[in-house]
Amino acid sequence: MIEIKNITKIYKNGDIETHALKNISFKIKDGEFVAIMGPSGSGKSTLMHIIGCLDTPTGGQYFLDNSDVSKLSDDELADIRMQKIGFVFQTFNLLPRATVLRNVSLPLVYAGVKKEDREKRAKKALSESAFPEQFWNHYSNQLSGGMMQRVAIARALVNNPSLVLADEPTGNLDTKTGEIVLDTFQRLHIEQSRTIVLITHEPYVAEHAQRIINIRDGEIVSDNMNHHRRIINKYHAR
Amino acid sequence: MIISDIFQETYTALSANKARSGLTILGIIIGIGSVIAMISIGQGASGQIQSSIEGLGSNLLTVLPGVVQPGRGIVSSGRGAAQTLENKDIDILKQITGVAYVSPELQRRFQITSTGGNNTNSTIIGVWPEYQQVRNVSVENGSFIAENQLRSMGRVAVLGPTVAKDLFADSDPFGKTIRINKINFKVIGVLASKGSAGFFNPDDTVFVPLTTMQKILAGADFLSTIAISVEDKNLMPQVQEEAIAALAARHRVDLQNPDFSIVSQADIIGTLTQVTDTFTIFLAAVAGISLLVGGIGIMNMMLTTVTERTREIGLRKAIGAKKKDISFQFLIEAVTLTFLGGAAGVLLGWVISVAVSSFAGIATQVSWTAIALAFGVSAAIGIIFGYYPARRAASLNPIEALRYE
Repeated sequence: MIEIKNITKIYKNGDIETHALKNISFKIKDGEFVAIMGPSGSGKSTLMHIIGCLDTPTGGQYFLDNSDVSKLSDDELADIRMQKIGFVFQTFNLLPRATVLRNVSLPLVYAGVKKEDREKRAKKALSESAFPEQFWNHYSNQLSGGMMQRVAIARALVNNPSLVLADEPTGNLDTKTGEIVLDTFQRLHIEQSRTIVLITHEPYVAEHAQRIINIRDGEIVSDNMNHHRRIINKYHAR
Repeated sequence: MIISDIFQETYTALSANKARSGLTILGIIIGIGSVIAMISIGQGASGQIQSSIEGLGSNLLTVLPGVVQPGRGIVSSGRGAAQTLENKDIDILKQITGVAYVSPELQRRFQITSTGGNNTNSTIIGVWPEYQQVRNVSVENGSFIAENQLRSMGRVAVLGPTVAKDLFADSDPFGKTIRINKINFKVIGVLASKGSAGFFNPDDTVFVPLTTMQKILAGADFLSTIAISVEDKNLMPQVQEEAIAALAARHRVDLQNPDFSIVSQADIIGTLTQVTDTFTIFLAAVAGISLLVGGIGIMNMMLTTVTERTREIGLRKAIGAKKKDISFQFLIEAVTLTFLGGAAGVLLGWVISVAVSSFAGIATQVSWTAIALAFGVSAAIGIIFGYYPARRAASLNPIEALRYE
């Protein structure tokens, strides 16, 4: 459960103050699939950094699973990220000289999980993100973009996070592979009730989500359930 | 993060850039290798000097006429100039407890000719038979000066190997006659070679009975040196003090201002090792500079690596790596580099010192302390020069690091 209360973020560059977020409030319940949409410069990246505990807000409060994380230190934030958040980036950010399994189990390395458990959980996460088994021991730089993004999704799932945070996950992919990735998110949402927040500037991508928050110039313009949701494949909730 | 994970990361990172890692390690190899080689050459030299001085006789005290001026060492002792040591001093010294042998000596340089017509200018030392025990010389061929020859002022001589070679080339000098200062002497023995020891070459000497030297060759009653062999090493300071007191009393001189001096072997070794120690420190300092340059190479490489892997660091931080995880990872990388370099450098230094002693004939000594020191220093260099890049990596902002192009 995410609760954003009156969040502001001000960047100072010399004497110039930039108000990236102006008094933003919303809630995301467990199991929701939300798209945060806005053009570049709207503050959506800043919002994502705060939701992802990569940054702290200048003002306001952020409750993640009912605990206030808006005023934690760098290392405390790292702990929160390790336990509760899974990231999927536009540029995948996989370690090129490591195997798929190693990439997926990397968050568990920092979480101090034992070697045997790591492999088991990494394999489970890879099956959940529909990554074909014959490539598990390939180096990640031998894979196609769509494959890489599914490795990244598996990596985001491996620590069983409260929140999967995807930042333009289809930005570097063609429409067809982009759809495969979006389909993976939809399946994770419906079958496993994962909480997913997807940041994008493309309305087409946002339309795959359950709810769309539009932001512009650091303020929420609209926050509505998506009644014209695109469903790629029909999944049945477990 | 478990240790084995850190080493896996380190291995992956270093093997991804084999050429760069190799060249950086090479800098450390050369640094450590030269430190080891230089220290072993220095230690070998001081070990050699020490053993050759101890070879001149063990537990030795040397009484010299005149005063050895502090700080000017034994070179400027003015040996032979002062004529304050006499035959009567010998008996007094013999009575001191702890004295094993006393060897009075008078040395002069004379022209020596062989019957074959060869001639040489060499040091002639008038000695007692005790000289052999005190100065630790061994006769290779024939015998040393004997008691009866001393009593009868026998005109016999024992040759050092260098003199024997100069006078008789390869033929056996035993039983032949030589002329010292135009007086005939019979050769009764040739000494085994001992090698040079600093300013004195015991091989380039001729020995005659002391009585013969004093009455016939030099025409003088005094002594140039009295060597005292002490029974036990621990007794040396005590014997030295008693000898000073006894001689001062007999010479009727003030203890603070005597007309003789007593030098112990330890003093000589101390002076010479001081020289070789300075030499070793100088060599090691020069080698240390190359080690420092190697360390800067490590830092340079680590800074480049951190910049190159900025996005990777950003990702690691995003998925939960703490500052210490990141800094530890890069620190271990640097230490691994220097440690590999240190191990190979010890090997290189050892090979160099073996090569130096077998090709250049200089004694070398690779000590465990030098090896332990090299490993310690290389690990320390890894930590010192790896610390700044590692901290820089750890303090990167994950958002900016992830955006880095």
